[in-house]
Amino acid sequence: MYKLEVQDLHKRYGSHEVLKGVSLAAKAGDVISIIGSSGSGKSTFLRCINLLEQPHGGKILLNGEELKLIANKDGALKAADPKQLQRMRSRLSMVFQHFNLWSHMTALENVMEAPVHVLGVTKKEAQEKAEHYLAKVGVAHRKDAYPGHMSGGEQQRVAIARALAMEPEVMLFDEPTSALDPELVGEVLKVMQDLATEGRTMVVVTHEMGFAREVSNQLVFLHKGLVEERGCPKEVLVNPQSERLKQFLSGSLK
Amino acid sequence: MILDFSVIWENLPLYFNGVLVTLKLLLISLAVGLTVAVPLALMRVSRQPAVNFPAWLYTYVIRGTPMLVQLFLIYYGLAQFAAVRESFLWPYFSNATFCACLAFAINTSAYTAEILAGSLKATPHGEIEAAKAVGMSRFKLYRRILLPSALRRALPQYSNEVIMMLHTTSLASIVTLVDITGAARTVSSQYYLPFEAYITAGVFYLCLTFVLVRLFKRAERRWLGYMAPRKA
Repeated sequence: MYKLEVQDLHKRYGSHEVLKGVSLAAKAGDVISIIGSSGSGKSTFLRCINLLEQPHGGKILLNGEELKLIANKDGALKAADPKQLQRMRSRLSMVFQHFNLWSHMTALENVMEAPVHVLGVTKKEAQEKAEHYLAKVGVAHRKDAYPGHMSGGEQQRVAIARALAMEPEVMLFDEPTSALDPELVGEVLKVMQDLATEGRTMVVVTHEMGFAREVSNQLVFLHKGLVEERGCPKEVLVNPQSERLKQFLSGSLK
Repeated sequence: MILDFSVIWENLPLYFNGVLVTLKLLLISLAVGLTVAVPLALMRVSRQPAVNFPAWLYTYVIRGTPMLVQLFLIYYGLAQFAAVRESFLWPYFSNATFCACLAFAINTSAYTAEILAGSLKATPHGEIEAAKAVGMSRFKLYRRILLPSALRRALPQYSNEVIMMLHTTSLASIVTLVDITGAARTVSSQYYLPFEAYITAGVFYLCLTFVLVRLFKRAERRWLGYMAPRKA
């Protein structure tokens, strides 16, 4: 059975179609990298999975449970049952490009927040877990620091700890290293690689070809809202079939 | 010119009583005003016109008219209606302290609501998305993320509002209350020493303002530390 299944997702902004039927299925332990040039719809696709963007068509299933969707006036789909959406979101942690830590909370408070106030874990247990995950991503020494006082790499690792503390079924990464200085990218990628080796199910929108090749076991190349090519990253990246991907990989696509 | 402060010295108890009256007016109106301002601010950021409009109208009318006019309307104006005089509310509306507190609370609630609404609107969008993405309900989103964050960021502006309110309470002296300004009026008219009387009142307000500023500085250090530059 698939942990996460997305079927035939469509999304448009006005009359502009950004996603024209994109599907994806992740089994437990899969690490799926989604690549593509900017405007290919890869971030939008990821954000539709937890309904931060409203898709216009398609199905989303988590552990076989389908997210019930209904169309509102302009045809965009929204959750039929907010409770179900909240429950599914709490099992699908997301890591954002710009970290999006809650700025008025310390690192520790950021990581404890959702377990305590969404999952209903006791404070004591949440704190133990939070300290464990902060240590795991290597920022335990910064637990009392506010996001504004941390480097980008530290913030992103705290954000990953925050996602981990939910003990999610699937982790969604939305270009997690794109906003980081080059020398900080490595520390975040290292953490993600460790998570992948642990067998966590991850869907990663990325520009890091090295990560896509070495860490993920599936690669999806999006172009103009459609899957242009997919498969084992080592094969696809070494021997791309489509002209688009060849161009993308040679860096010549505008 | 010879200034005569011996009279002031003799009347200091009157001033100190005035300080108590001023503080009472200030604290009651701020407490009520802030309590009303939070729901008003939430209404002001709503995208539903039916929710937003009444709050917009309220803050527009209150901020669009002078405090003194509002106070006169409540204290003198309402007494004109027999229905008010005969109602069970009359003991309240015939009481100057009640009317002053009510007028001040209404006034500060409108200003505070706009401060809070601005602060709520300025919440970084990513923080709201992060809260949604972990599965928070709308209620939790407001209670745990939006309000705590907005209330903190509103502190510097709110401290300004509190100081303005301190000075606004001096209007209470016009409706017979003996606050600091009321004490000064009394002294001034009894001894015909307006300069000494009012400069003393000014010094009292200055001291109170100083205390308020210190309190807010401490509050900002405590709750807004995350926005301060990182300490070396």
